[in-house]
Amino acid sequence: MLSHEFMRNALLAGSFVALACGMCGWFVVLRGQVFAGDALSHVAFPGALAAAAAGVDQRVGLFAATVAVGGGIGLLGRGVLVARGGGGGGSTPADDTAIGIVFTFILGLGLFFLTLFSIGSAGGAGIQAAHTLFGSIFGLGAGEARLAAMIGLAIVLLVLLIGRPLLFATLAPEVAAARGVPTRMLGVGFLALVGMVAAEATQAVGALLLLGLLAAPAAAAHRVTGRPFAGVLLAGAFAVGAMVAGLMLAYAVPWLPPSTAVIAVAMAIYGVSAIRS
Amino acid sequence: MPSESASPTLSWNLARDLGEVLEYHFMVNALLAGSVVAVMAGLVGWLMVLRRQAFAGHTLSMMAFPGASGASLVGIPAAWGYFAFCGAGALAIGRLSGRGRGTSPEQGARIGAVQATALALGFLFVSLYGGVLGDLESLLFGNILAISDGQLLLLAAVAFAVLATLGALARPLLFASVDPDVAGARGVPVRLLSGGFLLLLAVAVAATSQITGPLLVFALLVAPPATAQLITVRPAVSLLLSVLLGLMIVWLGMGIAYFSVYPAGFFISAIAFAVYLLVRIAVGLRGRSASARGAADARPAEARA
Repeated sequence: MLSHEFMRNALLAGSFVALACGMCGWFVVLRGQVFAGDALSHVAFPGALAAAAAGVDQRVGLFAATVAVGGGIGLLGRGVLVARGGGGGGSTPADDTAIGIVFTFILGLGLFFLTLFSIGSAGGAGIQAAHTLFGSIFGLGAGEARLAAMIGLAIVLLVLLIGRPLLFATLAPEVAAARGVPTRMLGVGFLALVGMVAAEATQAVGALLLLGLLAAPAAAAHRVTGRPFAGVLLAGAFAVGAMVAGLMLAYAVPWLPPSTAVIAVAMAIYGVSAIRS
Repeated sequence: MPSESASPTLSWNLARDLGEVLEYHFMVNALLAGSVVAVMAGLVGWLMVLRRQAFAGHTLSMMAFPGASGASLVGIPAAWGYFAFCGAGALAIGRLSGRGRGTSPEQGARIGAVQATALALGFLFVSLYGGVLGDLESLLFGNILAISDGQLLLLAAVAFAVLATLGALARPLLFASVDPDVAGARGVPVRLLSGGFLLLLAVAVAATSQITGPLLVFALLVAPPATAQLITVRPAVSLLLSVLLGLMIVWLGMGIAYFSVYPAGFFISAIAFAVYLLVRIAVGLRGRSASARGAADARPAEARA
């Protein structure tokens, strides 16, 4: 299996993407921002299509769109928190409605770009859209795989770097703010980071399936252990395990798309953890 | 995108433009279907926003994707697939999310898990079907300009059933949504109502998906109700406002789309977003000026929304 180059590339890129997803996802679940993560994963789609319509590299569009919207949701949430007198650190229910409205509009923009793109170039638009939505991990070249791995590694390092203050700011926002932790900046920065994860993972499992890799391993880790740093590592391990096992499964079963296989394994891990605890 | 008409142009005589639009049977059907959807989404979505189940609603709208692709794989009408998967999704979310409303961290993760599973299944169905996603755009974004008379009838029947059920359940549902603990203590079956509402939402979403497509159902389900709830906290007025806003957005969006090459879904979602944004800014300004005058009574309305 490892003698095929596409498989080596997929495993290399996939493992680091999954590690970043799992570790970031642990904080996403803790902060109750799964819907925000979901929104960011959908934003990746218009971003990539806009880049395609403008004729630039799709990664530029991906990262620009998701990081911008991630920061935007963070700022919007901040506005809501201010209006409510600075409540908890996670998303408030009012946030959810705002997130829903914003990302529906951005999906509408995606539809606009899809039309724009298909008017410009007949044929390619549908395939491009499909790749963005569902990923094409078996189609990565060696250079792309290395780049994806490096970005994944950078995200992991960033998560480790902001991990301690972020945890503090999430669990006890008032105390953290009193101790001088910049909680709001951390919140906005973290969502921008989730945006990077979304853009990164879009290339591997696709915009629509990212949520499974972000939420399921992290939720399983939360079930298994309540200890924070063990949880982060476990979430990362679960995600990498799901990715590797899913890719092998997809390699062994020809009719099974890799994205579906990866999500299926991630769900199985979550299911087992939910039954056992 | 009326491809069969010879490039429609907008003259500034609105009555003539409207007459031209209504000459085409597909446009009449589209407008009727859009209106039915706007009314249903305005009412069901109002409760969804009140119950803070936007994420659940979004997940249900995503169910339409495996529904449509599964139906085309098996070879049954797409509508059956929509209803089957949306219903199953509502049951799964209802079972998993347990007691209480809102978005506790674990609950969000569970809804996310349901959604990811559904999408993974949908992708599996699509690739089993042949791997060619030629129709991806209409699968995801719907095709409001290709509504048949039969589809319109089905939609109207579904809308009638949903609204009748909603009307029958309205009082206890509102009670259970606003204050679940007190309602539970008074003997209102909160859990049952919660599950029932999710099913209702699922049916509404499944019917709407064929019109605006699963990705844009949300534009009609969340934006008009959220805007209406920003404007007023009185339930009856706010409900009416939600329906009227929905109708306005749909008509305007489809009207513009007729005279443009871009699809109706884009205009509908853009108008809905613009209206919400304007109202939110206006309410924010009013709240600020009110609090500057020392009146704190505008605050609760803002914080509620």
